[in-house]
Amino acid sequence: MHITNIIIAGLGGQGVITASDMLADAAFRAGFDVKKSELHGMSQRGGSVTSDVRFGDKILSPMVPFGEADVLLVLEETQVELNRPCLRNGGVLLTPDCIAPGVLKNKKSLNVAMLGCLSVVLDIPKAHWLDAVHAHLAEKLHRLNDEAFAVGRHATTS
Amino acid sequence: MTVHSLEPRQLMSGDDAVALACIHAGVCLGTGYPGTPSTEILETFNQLGGKAQWAPNEKVALEVGLGVAFAGARAIVTMKHVGLNVAADPLFTAAYTDIDGGLVIVSADDPGMASSQNEQDNRYYARAAGVPMLEPTDAQQAYDYTLLAFWVAERWKIPVLLRLTTRVCHAKTVVKPRPSSAIAPVSASFRRDIPARVMIPAYAKPAHRRLRDKLAAIAAWNDAEGPVEDSGGSANCGIIATGVAAMHAREAAPTVRHLTVGMTYPLPLQRIREFASEVKQLVVVEEGEPLLYEALRAAGLPVIGKPDRYRFGELDVARVRRLLAQNNSPEPVPAKGKPPELCPGCAHRTVFQALHDLDCIVAGDIGCYTLGVLPPFSAMDTCVCMGASVGVGLGLRHALPKSQARRVVSVIGDSTFVHSGLTGLAEMAYNPPPTGHLLLILDNGTTAMTGQQEHPGTGRTLNHAATHRLDFFKVCQALGIHNVQLFSANDREVDLKTIIADQLTRSETAVFIIQQPCVLAAPKIRLYEQAAVNETVAKESCSATESCAIAASSQLFQLFNE
Repeated sequence: MHITNIIIAGLGGQGVITASDMLADAAFRAGFDVKKSELHGMSQRGGSVTSDVRFGDKILSPMVPFGEADVLLVLEETQVELNRPCLRNGGVLLTPDCIAPGVLKNKKSLNVAMLGCLSVVLDIPKAHWLDAVHAHLAEKLHRLNDEAFAVGRHATTS
Repeated sequence: MTVHSLEPRQLMSGDDAVALACIHAGVCLGTGYPGTPSTEILETFNQLGGKAQWAPNEKVALEVGLGVAFAGARAIVTMKHVGLNVAADPLFTAAYTDIDGGLVIVSADDPGMASSQNEQDNRYYARAAGVPMLEPTDAQQAYDYTLLAFWVAERWKIPVLLRLTTRVCHAKTVVKPRPSSAIAPVSASFRRDIPARVMIPAYAKPAHRRLRDKLAAIAAWNDAEGPVEDSGGSANCGIIATGVAAMHAREAAPTVRHLTVGMTYPLPLQRIREFASEVKQLVVVEEGEPLLYEALRAAGLPVIGKPDRYRFGELDVARVRRLLAQNNSPEPVPAKGKPPELCPGCAHRTVFQALHDLDCIVAGDIGCYTLGVLPPFSAMDTCVCMGASVGVGLGLRHALPKSQARRVVSVIGDSTFVHSGLTGLAEMAYNPPPTGHLLLILDNGTTAMTGQQEHPGTGRTLNHAATHRLDFFKVCQALGIHNVQLFSANDREVDLKTIIADQLTRSETAVFIIQQPCVLAAPKIRLYEQAAVNETVAKESCSATESCAIAASSQLFQLFNE
């Protein structure tokens, strides 16, 4: 029974939860059982935010056990060391310097660009990623975020 | 992504799943007070077309829900765990009454206190009040148990508690909606039944006995056909668990036998006894208080509980593994992240800077502004529960020597003021301390911390339509406060520090209402106000009225843009 464990981390307002919603949705569209969870409320006022996403044949707990994340995706440099202990030995760390400075038209789409990086690591077809990204954004933002996703996807393949 | 009423399989949160089940159960009215992690239930119910409204507080919400149930229709009443303390008064006696329509009360507990002032375990309320309690493990069960809760409520004419926790409310899991044919449509109609609904002692005495009879009947049903899941597996060890802890336990110990109990009060004791007799060792895995452990021990079952350290905080798979392995070594402490802070541009910053500079003794309250306690302001000395700022401030003023009493200020937000500050203000006018008192109402025009919900002071309903607005200024005057003042937080002419310092020298009761829309909510508030103005303009054919409305709207915009 294989489970993929992913933690997305950053600061309140960076779109951590939106990114984890998109990831969970993409995995769901790809036919996996999915669970995701995070803490809302007071912790979101500019403070550290993390969100756990798990997918596989059958998922029980909605939280990634400490030290067992297969991938740690961090949107803010200051949050990398803080969350590193969540990653398992040999796990994949994706940090914001995967995206070269200045290549994004809008800094707010960093979360989607980082999902582009993540998409190369995971076994989820690209079409599901794009559908998931669109499902969580207003239509006027689709093109901008498609471009951001492509930037991330090429950053890790090139 | 929005929840859809008829999609066959969706990824959704426990809160959304409860809302969807309410749509499928034909719930007549959803009411409650915003509180993390329960808030999204009513918002989603509203988005799906249900009739949902915010009440001033949880007590009122439960009373409105009870009225709906007396009328023969279905009601869902939502709140966070501490909200049930406020609603406890109607809860305990509602349990004695016979309701016709289903009344389901959601208590969303917050073990680990992600966004709460305590981690009380509301499973105690089911036992204390004598009402059945259902505890789902994930969003699918949140959906299923909401439907089941309405069925139980109507079968035994009793309110039902649906207890969720943070990791059920806010965890997204796959849900297959399956509307139940057992939940037949109902139509509201009044049925007079005085002895079952008027709780004077003569009627309440037999009602108390009826309640215990109902609970005995529900326990028998729970034993015969209640929601209990037995995983099968090795007979060496059996684990009994409830709620999300059952999911952690099944993952932590996949080879042992698991009994997951869905209705946790009244317990299916016969089924638990049978399970116990079939395993060599029986362990209880529960988050929070050792309540199930104590109940099973009292029933004479030799269950193994947990060390006291697991009373604190959430459980997770790693902690359950440790618990089962009786590993008593110190647990790894997760690194502390960046703490939350008042938003840049938030008007509360000016107020807390002034309170800090004046070295005030600040009786605080519940909301975003509680963050005024953190550096650089460190300008809050007490915070206990909704509305407590007023009473605690008065108590400090009564007891402290005059020189210190004059430094005491109470600080409350707009939504919290309506929730339970009004009665405190009645006390302030009725029993004023010798040095008087000062209450600051930080009116940011929304219930900010829980995600910008409306309240009676915003003049808009849950879905942001215009309604009567509670006028804070007038209500403070009417309650008998000597000096009531209204300030705009970003009026450059106003020096809050000087004004507060001056007021603290006077021995009178005073309320300063400090207004500025929440920086996060302001753009939306402008849209709602514009929509309300447009509607008014469209309704009025008189050109004079139209120009009045436009003038009013431009004034409003001026206020927000200042």
